[in-house]
Amino acid sequence: MSENIQNPTPIEAPEEFVVTLQTPFQRFCLDFFESRVASAAFVVLVGILFIAICAPLISPQNPYDLSQVSILDAKMAPGSQSFDGWTFYLGTDGAGRDLMSAMFYGLRISLGVGVMSGMIAMCIGAAIGLAAAYFGGRIDAIIMRIVDIQLSFPAILVALILLAVLGKGVDKIIIALVIVQWAYYARTIRASALVERNKEYVEAATCLALSHNRIVFKHLFPNCLPPLIVVVTIQTAHAISLEATLSFLGVGLPISEPSLGLLIANGFDYMLSGYFWISFFPGIALLITIVSINLVGDQLRDVLNPRLDR
Amino acid sequence: MTVFIIRRLMQSAIVVFVMSFLVFGGVNIVGDPVEMMVSDEADQEERERVIKSMGLDKPWYIQYGKFVTNALQGDLGNSFVYGEPALQIIVQRMPATFELAFVSLLMSIIIGIPFGVWAGLFPERFSSKLIMSGSIVGFSLPTFWVGLMMIMVFAVMLGWLPSTGRGDTVIVFGMELSFFTPDGLSHIFLPALNLALFNTSLVIRLTRAGVREAIHMDYIKFARAKGLSYRRVIMVHLMKNIMIPVVTVLGLEFGGLIAFSVVTETVFAWPGMGKLIIESIQNLDRPIIVAYLMIIVLVFVVINLVVDILYSILDPRVRLQDVSS
Repeated sequence: MSENIQNPTPIEAPEEFVVTLQTPFQRFCLDFFESRVASAAFVVLVGILFIAICAPLISPQNPYDLSQVSILDAKMAPGSQSFDGWTFYLGTDGAGRDLMSAMFYGLRISLGVGVMSGMIAMCIGAAIGLAAAYFGGRIDAIIMRIVDIQLSFPAILVALILLAVLGKGVDKIIIALVIVQWAYYARTIRASALVERNKEYVEAATCLALSHNRIVFKHLFPNCLPPLIVVVTIQTAHAISLEATLSFLGVGLPISEPSLGLLIANGFDYMLSGYFWISFFPGIALLITIVSINLVGDQLRDVLNPRLDR
Repeated sequence: MTVFIIRRLMQSAIVVFVMSFLVFGGVNIVGDPVEMMVSDEADQEERERVIKSMGLDKPWYIQYGKFVTNALQGDLGNSFVYGEPALQIIVQRMPATFELAFVSLLMSIIIGIPFGVWAGLFPERFSSKLIMSGSIVGFSLPTFWVGLMMIMVFAVMLGWLPSTGRGDTVIVFGMELSFFTPDGLSHIFLPALNLALFNTSLVIRLTRAGVREAIHMDYIKFARAKGLSYRRVIMVHLMKNIMIPVVTVLGLEFGGLIAFSVVTETVFAWPGMGKLIIESIQNLDRPIIVAYLMIIVLVFVVINLVVDILYSILDPRVRLQDVSS
């Protein structure tokens, strides 16, 4: 007895107990970083975001400040030196700009356009999809018919038609990308909202005579978020790729806002003469961005899918 | 069935009508057609004469009515650049685009199915994993950049294949085709491969999934038990059953190929409809832009209609669902 008091056996918490102490967010993080590929993609993505946000601070030169750019440095190979002594690690483009700096600035524009259009499209699409699912009936039928018709046309075609009509510009391409994307969000959120809508908590909220707005946005919406988050990541990657394609075709961003797609298009003119790096490196940057967003999105889908038992 | 087709036809008509409205409104109201027609030095009198001759002084619904009546008669205006009817120019370019799309569809089948079957039969092998990661990259790669890299490697560095134009063509059934001449074939190879990239990845994944599912089915076991050769089981019994979803999806993707050919045609300077529209947008050649948009909407509405009807024939559930809703 006395022995027990002097040396009390330390109370070991049972393992399940520890698990329940995690917040949902911690559990989500643990699940997410289980996959090495996804963790690596996440780190790369954070790095890309950092570069995009801090582009003016970390770029070796400001490629659009004419006093820092010399035409004598044009089309220099990667690793060569300018005559005032610094190194162009990725070479220079046709106007003598440091390609690495131009890419950092381009990444900023590409990501900005992609994320901005994704967010706006998500807000519009989610509101419309929720309305369709919540009110049902005729409203639902009409909205979904419009969504169906729009999705039967390829995204690039819709964007091309819109830009042919609207003209060039950052605002125009964001409008075009929003119109292209909203239908995907509307369809996704409608599908999950249809399931959630018939659950008891919505019934309870309806019995409390809460307003439509409150039920839809405070009760229904948060429960439809997981699939939406997945679609946001995948669609953002699509938007970035689509913007690059449209800018390459010369119908997207104006020449004053050089995204990665425009950098590649500029390099195209020099490629047949053997200056491959001008469009090669921006393409690699685009590829890394898109692949890492897709990998993160894939892992999110696995983690957030309630049907996969974890 | 008749009710279903009538409903779909009506829906298609509405889509075409709405699109004609949007295109007309976008081109004639958002933009200013007068700016296009008169030079900068023109005085007010000159401007008013042009406005009158184009009928722009009339209210918009009369202008729109005139646009629709002309369009229905096949008159979408004359191109500013070529000076010929816009419709005629586009129709001339059409065979090149369709040929490219068709060859690339063929390519994605020829490349995609063997790889997909291999990856499905031996999912644990390193080669299969390589094929599958390759297909993910195929989905993620921007088409135009891959096209550029193909030109760089095969045309600039190695010099094996030409990178621009159609090469020699022969006239088959009244259409100029590159496919039947050796020179034309060498010209179509790179663009078609580039355009096929996305669909090849799709076919690989579909085929692999189909094989993984079918390999455990009783009819495969039975065929093996009968003592048929491994080769025959795969080539006949397995292939027949996995082809249905692959063919369906590829049929659906044909429209996408025509849309994406805009990108490939620009990269490889392939003289089809897609290159024409990009040039016309840059030259502000309005009649061509309007005609192209109307034709492409029409092409897509027809493709969607055919796919929908075929679907409802193949799968009666689709039809029932639509009538009840």
